[in-house]
Amino acid sequence: MTDTASITKNGLWNNNVALVQLLGLCPLLAVTGTVVNGLGLGLATMMTLVLSNSAVSLIRPWLKNEIRIPIFVLIIASIVTTIELMMNAWFHDLYLILGIFIPLIVTNCSIIARAEAFASKNNLLDSALDGFMMGLGFTLVLVVLGGMRELIGFGTLFSHAHLMFGEIGHSMTITFSEDYPGFLLAVLPPGAFIGLGLLIALKNVIDKRKAAAQTVVLQKVEAVSS
Amino acid sequence: MKSLFLQYRKSILSTTALLSVFAIIGALMVGLTYISTADDIRRNEELQLLKQLNTIVPAELYNNDLLSDTITIKPNTLLGTSEDTLAYRARKDGKPVAAVFSSIAPNGYNGAIHILVGVFYDGRIAGVRVVKHHETPGLGDAVDASRSDWILGFNNKSLDNPKEKLWKVKRDGGVFDQFTGATITPRAVVKAVYNALLYFNENREKLFASNGKAAGEKTADTPPISKSESSEAGNSKPGKATLEQQSHD
Repeated sequence: MTDTASITKNGLWNNNVALVQLLGLCPLLAVTGTVVNGLGLGLATMMTLVLSNSAVSLIRPWLKNEIRIPIFVLIIASIVTTIELMMNAWFHDLYLILGIFIPLIVTNCSIIARAEAFASKNNLLDSALDGFMMGLGFTLVLVVLGGMRELIGFGTLFSHAHLMFGEIGHSMTITFSEDYPGFLLAVLPPGAFIGLGLLIALKNVIDKRKAAAQTVVLQKVEAVSS
Repeated sequence: MKSLFLQYRKSILSTTALLSVFAIIGALMVGLTYISTADDIRRNEELQLLKQLNTIVPAELYNNDLLSDTITIKPNTLLGTSEDTLAYRARKDGKPVAAVFSSIAPNGYNGAIHILVGVFYDGRIAGVRVVKHHETPGLGDAVDASRSDWILGFNNKSLDNPKEKLWKVKRDGGVFDQFTGATITPRAVVKAVYNALLYFNENREKLFASNGKAAGEKTADTPPISKSESSEAGNSKPGKATLEQQSHD
């Protein structure tokens, strides 16, 4: 269960934080108004997941079962605060973009869930990889959801990308229609709920199709062999 | 009970010790990071503030140290402030150029809108920027300079340009654009900017006084204008009601 391929597949699809575990919905729903915002929160979450998973994995030998949760909370809170301070001091431009997302990460229960469910039972490399893949899976959902809401809500994609990518970002913005009237529902929180619901439904449909196709193949194989 | 404690004493003590060790490590980590980053963070914030002030008053117009040439403004009803705020004074060769100060529009669509207003010594607006707001994304947030150019429409306006009656959004018969689907937000900002200009007009010499004496104290002993304004500004009904009262005057 802990080889690289299955960790990757779990993080990106089978056990996706946002689509299957339904964790971290609070920041997810709040922030995904645009692609760039989604990407920002996703990257910040990914960084925290990798670091907190690694730290939890490293302290495994000293962990006591009764107090593991308070210790996870301490570790995660310290790491998030430290990241925020260091970014503010040394990567100030990046902080101005991601800064507002970092306190939100503390409210993301996927971090403590991965510490408890994976990092406390696995070695350093696997834990770091799990953090990375879970973070990547989360980021992808954030970007897709942000894209859906931005496209429907504003008729653009990648607007304000210059905040993240510098001057080149201005040319990344795609405007589909200059006089698009906008669709407020998509921008407001209900749009996030509806969008996420649709994404989860889509994933389930794909999974079902796959399962059905597999049974058909199996039946055929059985038919041929018999 | 005592026997139970004795029985589990070892595990209780070791658990406590373990948790304490982690708490101390965590606190140390955060504390050390804080100490080693505090100076850089303060410098970054100052730079950021200066950058923001320079978008309002261009750096080539003044040659003093904007961040240290400040004066404290007492809470003021025209500015909508309830705490001391700082005004930054820009001077060229000692002559006053412009002042930048904070103001709060209490009646945005979603609570207070915090703005920075820069006014040239002659009473023209150097620039306005929204620094904090909770307006609806995609509608009211167009007051933010990063979202649209609307806020630049205040540049070079003054108390008599346009006339008082026209210091409103277009829907109310004034000269300032509103946004499609959002009138309350621009209305609140227009009103706050106008009040900030009134404040500047009343307190100009005090604002630029070099002795560092707190400005704004004067408003207490100039009742006629400030009192009527204060009852109006303190009245935080939705923007429309306030503005309509004003138009009937």
